[in-house]
Amino acid sequence: MLETIVFYAFAAILLGAALRVITARNPVHAALALVLAFFTAAGIWLLLRAEFLAITLLLVYVGAVMVLFLFVVMMLDVNLERLREGFWKNLPMAVVVGGIMAFELVAMLASRHFGSATSTRVVPAGYSNTRELGRVLYTQYVYAFEIAAVILLVAIIAAIALTLRRRKDTKALDPALQLAARREERVRLVSMPAETER
Amino acid sequence: MSLAQLLSHLRALPEMVLLAGACALMLVDLASKSETRRLSYLFAQGVLLIAFCATLFVLSESEGKRYYIFYGLFVSDLLSHVLKLFAFITVSAVLVYARPYLHERGLLKGEFLTLLLFALLGILVMISANSFLSLYLGLELLTLCLYALVALNRDSAASTEAAMKYFVLGALASGLLLYGMSMIYGATGSLLFTDIGPQTAALAASSSSMRTLLVFGLVFVVAGIAFKLGAVPFHMWIPDVYHGASTAVTLVIGTAPKLAAFAMALRLLVNGLPALAVDWQQMLVVLAVLSMALGNLAAIAQSNLKRMLAYSTISHMGFMLLGLLSGVVGGNRLNAVDAYGAAMFYTAVYVLMSLGAFGVLLLASRQGAECERLEDMKGMNRRDPWLAFLMLLMMFSLAGIPPMAGFYAKFAVISAVVQAGQLWLAVAAVAFSLVGAFYYLRVVKLMYFDDPAGVAVPAGGGSARWLLSVNGLALLALGLLPQGLMALCQAAIRSL
Amino acid sequence: MDLRLALIDTAWTLAGIVAIVVPLFVAVAYLTLWERKLIGWIQIRIGPNRVGPLGLLQPIADGVKLLFKEIILPTNASKGLFVLAPIMMLMPALAAWAVIPFAPELVLADINAGLLYVLALTSFGVYGVIIAGWASNSKYAFLGAMRSAAQMVSYELAMGFALVVVLMVSGSLNLSDIVAQQGRGRFADMGLTFLSWNWLPLLPMLVVYFVSGVAETNRAPFDVVEGESEIVAGHMIEYSGMSFALFFLAEYMNMILISALTAILFFGGWQAPVSSALFDAVPPFLWLLAKMFVIVSMFLWIRATFPRYRYDQIMRLGWKVFIPLTLVWIAVIGLWMQTPWSLWQ
Repeated sequence: MLETIVFYAFAAILLGAALRVITARNPVHAALALVLAFFTAAGIWLLLRAEFLAITLLLVYVGAVMVLFLFVVMMLDVNLERLREGFWKNLPMAVVVGGIMAFELVAMLASRHFGSATSTRVVPAGYSNTRELGRVLYTQYVYAFEIAAVILLVAIIAAIALTLRRRKDTKALDPALQLAARREERVRLVSMPAETER
Repeated sequence: MSLAQLLSHLRALPEMVLLAGACALMLVDLASKSETRRLSYLFAQGVLLIAFCATLFVLSESEGKRYYIFYGLFVSDLLSHVLKLFAFITVSAVLVYARPYLHERGLLKGEFLTLLLFALLGILVMISANSFLSLYLGLELLTLCLYALVALNRDSAASTEAAMKYFVLGALASGLLLYGMSMIYGATGSLLFTDIGPQTAALAASSSSMRTLLVFGLVFVVAGIAFKLGAVPFHMWIPDVYHGASTAVTLVIGTAPKLAAFAMALRLLVNGLPALAVDWQQMLVVLAVLSMALGNLAAIAQSNLKRMLAYSTISHMGFMLLGLLSGVVGGNRLNAVDAYGAAMFYTAVYVLMSLGAFGVLLLASRQGAECERLEDMKGMNRRDPWLAFLMLLMMFSLAGIPPMAGFYAKFAVISAVVQAGQLWLAVAAVAFSLVGAFYYLRVVKLMYFDDPAGVAVPAGGGSARWLLSVNGLALLALGLLPQGLMALCQAAIRSL
Repeated sequence: MDLRLALIDTAWTLAGIVAIVVPLFVAVAYLTLWERKLIGWIQIRIGPNRVGPLGLLQPIADGVKLLFKEIILPTNASKGLFVLAPIMMLMPALAAWAVIPFAPELVLADINAGLLYVLALTSFGVYGVIIAGWASNSKYAFLGAMRSAAQMVSYELAMGFALVVVLMVSGSLNLSDIVAQQGRGRFADMGLTFLSWNWLPLLPMLVVYFVSGVAETNRAPFDVVEGESEIVAGHMIEYSGMSFALFFLAEYMNMILISALTAILFFGGWQAPVSSALFDAVPPFLWLLAKMFVIVSMFLWIRATFPRYRYDQIMRLGWKVFIPLTLVWIAVIGLWMQTPWSLWQ
C-alpha cells in the first residue's frame, strides 16, 4: 500500500522530470532535470530492492557523468534558436518514428507473454543483492564483463589520442624544472667597481 | 574450478593473445622513438602472427567439434576459426599497406596500431559470439575503435566530419539493434543463441501474436545488421566515411569489419532466429535489391574514387545478402550450405578485392598528391605499368569478369539464388552487375587509354608492393581454382 | 493497528533524525570556534576571546549576525537555482549521517549498502557548488564552479578506490560490519585492538582517503574552488546572510562527516584502542567522538600549515599519484588476501 503510493509519487516525478528534459528552454535546466530523473529512477529501483543498481546509478550517472555533462553544457554557448529551427520540419517524421516505437513497446508489454518477468519471489533473509550481482558478474558474465572493460580501455585510449597534443605555444610550467633550477643558472653576480666622483 | 575447466577457456586463446598483445603494444610503443615506429609495427605484426598460430592450434585441437565456453557466451566452431584466420591475414595486410602512407603524413602513431588491434579484438569477439551480449559488446568495441581511427587525423575537417557522422549514425544503429535484441530477449527470456533458436521456433508456432512480437524485434535487429553492413536504406554513412577518412583508415573500415558484419548476420539470423527465416529473408530481399540498385547506379555518378568504391561496397554487400537470403526454402535447409557458403566466399573475396583496390590507392598516393579522384588514375599505365595491371586485376574482379575470383563469387551466389527458386532476383543481380561493370571498366580505361594529367609521381615500393602483387595474383588464382576456398567456406558453414 | 505501528516507527525515525541533526549543528558552530582558536595557537595568536568566557559565545554571535543579514538576490541570477544551490549543498551533507553507526546497534538506518550510500551522497555535494556558480551569473563564481567540478570528480575516484580496498578486507558494505570486523584479529585477541584496525595494514589507503577527503570538502590546501586570492570566494561570492551560512554549514558538516568516516573505516569506529577494564568502561560512543575530534583537528592543522596547491598540481596528485596508487594497492591487498598470511580470514 505505502510502497504503491511511493512508487506512483516517484513515477510522477520521473515522468515530469523527463518531460522537462526535452521541453526546458535552457540546456542547463534540462541537464538538471535529467539529474532529477536519474535520482527518482534510482528511487524506483530501491523500491524493487535493487539497492546496488540504484546506488550505482546515482554514483556513476548523478555523481560523475552528469557533473561533467553540466560542466560542458555550462561552458557551451548554445544557440537555442538555431537548435529549434529544424523542430517543426522534423516533427512529422519524429512523431511517426516515435509513434511506431511507442506502439511496439505497448504491444509488447500489453501482451501477456511478459507475465513471468514480474515474479513476486520472496527473498530469503540475509539476501544481498550486491553479493548476488557480483557472483553472476564474475562467473556467468565474466566474458562480457572483461570485454566491457576493454571497451572502456579503448575509450580512454581514443579520448587521449584525440585530445592530447603538445602545443608549442602554451605557457604551462614544469614544476620539476622549476625546482631543479639552481642559483647559478639564474643569477649572475657582476662585480662593478663603484663609480667614485673624481 | 578444476584444471580441465580452466584449460577449456584456452579455446579463446587467440582473443587472449590479441588482448595481451594490444596492451603490451601500448608499452612497447613508448620505447619506439623513431618516426617509422619500426618496433611497434613489428610488434603488432608479431602479435598478429602469434594470434594466427594460436587460432591454428585451437583449430587443430578442436577436431572439427563445436565448443561453448564462458557459460555459453563464446562459441568455438570451424566457422569462427576460419573467419578469424581471414581477419588476421586481412589486418596484417592492412598494416603493411597503410604504414608507408601513414608515415609520410605523420599519422603513424602508436594509437593507430593499438586501436587497430583492439578493433580486431572486437571482430574476433563478434565472430565467436553466441549471445546477444557478447555480439553487442564486440560490435561496440569494433565500432568505437573505428570512430576513433576515422577521427585520428585531427587536422582534416573532412575526417572530423566523417567521424562525427559515423559516430552519430552508428550510435543510432546500435540503439536499433539493442531495441530489437531486448524485444527478443523479452519474448524468449534468454540471451544465448543456442537457447533462442529452439525457443523462437516453439514461440512462433504457439501463437500468432507471439510471432508478431518476435517479428517486431526482428525488424530492428535486421535494421541494425543492415546498418553495419551498409545496405540501403541504411547506407548513408558509407560514402561520407569512406571519403572523409584518410585512405589508410578507409582501408581498415572497408576490409576486416565486413567479415565481422557477415559473422554478425550469420550468428544473429541463422544461429539465433532460424525459425523466423521466412520473415528475415523477405526483409533481406528488399535490402539486397535496393543496395545493388542504388550502389551501382550512384557509383557511376562519382568522380571521387573513394566515394565510388564506397558505393561499390554497398552494391557488393547487397550481393552478399543474396547468398544469405536463399538458404532456407519453404522451411527446407537443403540449400543452406551452398547459399551461406557462397555468401561467405563472397565476403572473403570482397575483402581481398577491397584490400587490393585501396592498397593501390595508398601506394599511388604521395604526400600532397593524394590519389583519390578518377583523374588521378589517368595514364597510370605509363607511370607504373605493374601497379596499373594490379589495379586492372582488382577492377576486373570487382566487376565480376572471368577469370577473376569476383566472377566466381558472383556466380556462386547467383546459382544459390537460382537454386532457391528466385529467378527474378538472379536476373536483377546480373543486370545490376552489368551496370556496375561500367564504372569499374571506366577506371581501366582511364589507366590505359588516357594521358597522364599533371606531374607524374612515382609510386612507392617496398613490402607493400610485394604484398599487393600477391594480393592481385591471389584473386586471379582464386578465380581459376576457387574450389579450395569454397570447400573451406562450406565446411565452415556446416559447423554452424 | 498497522497504521499505528507505522506512525510510531516514523516518529522514532524522526526523533532519531533530530537527535543527530541538532548536536551536529552545535558541533559545527563550535568547530568554527575551535578552528579559530587552534589556528590562532598554531600561529601564536590568541584567537577569539571577547564574546563570553574564553570566547565561548562567539559562534552564537556569528549565527545571530548571519541570521539578521539580508539575503541579496543578484538581478541577473537564475532565481530558483540560486536559492536551490545552498540547499543542494546541505542536503547530502545531512543525509549521509543516516548510516553512520555511533555505537553497536546505534544507527539510524542499518542498511546493507551503507558504504555505497555514503559514497553516492558525498558525490552530490558538487551539485551545490556547480549550481551556485552557474546561477550566480558571475565570472568568479563560475570559475569556482568549474574548478570544483573537475576537482571533486577527480578525487572521488581515488576516494572510491580506497573504499574498495576497505570493503575488500571487510567483506561487507555495511558500516557496522566494517567496524566490527576491525575488532577481530591476532592483535585484538591480545587486547591491542588498535593494531587490528585497518589503518595499519591499509596505511597508504588511509593517506589517500584522508587527503582525498580534504580535497572533496574543498578545504585548504585544496581550496582553489574558493581561493580568495584569485577568485574572491568562488561559488559563494554572491551569497549573503543565511544562504551563505548554509554553504558554511555544509562545508563544516562534510568535514565532520569525513572525520567520522575515517574513524569508522580505518580507526575502528566506536572501539576502544586497548581492551582493558578502564577503557571498556567508557561508552563506545565517546570513543568515536574522540577519534572524530582528533581527525577533524587534523583538518585544521593542515589548513594552518600548508600553502594552497596550484590547480595543475591538484589534478596531478589526483590522477597521476592517487589513482595509480590505489589501483596497485587493490591488487596488492587482493593477492595478500589469497596468501596464508592474510590477516582477514
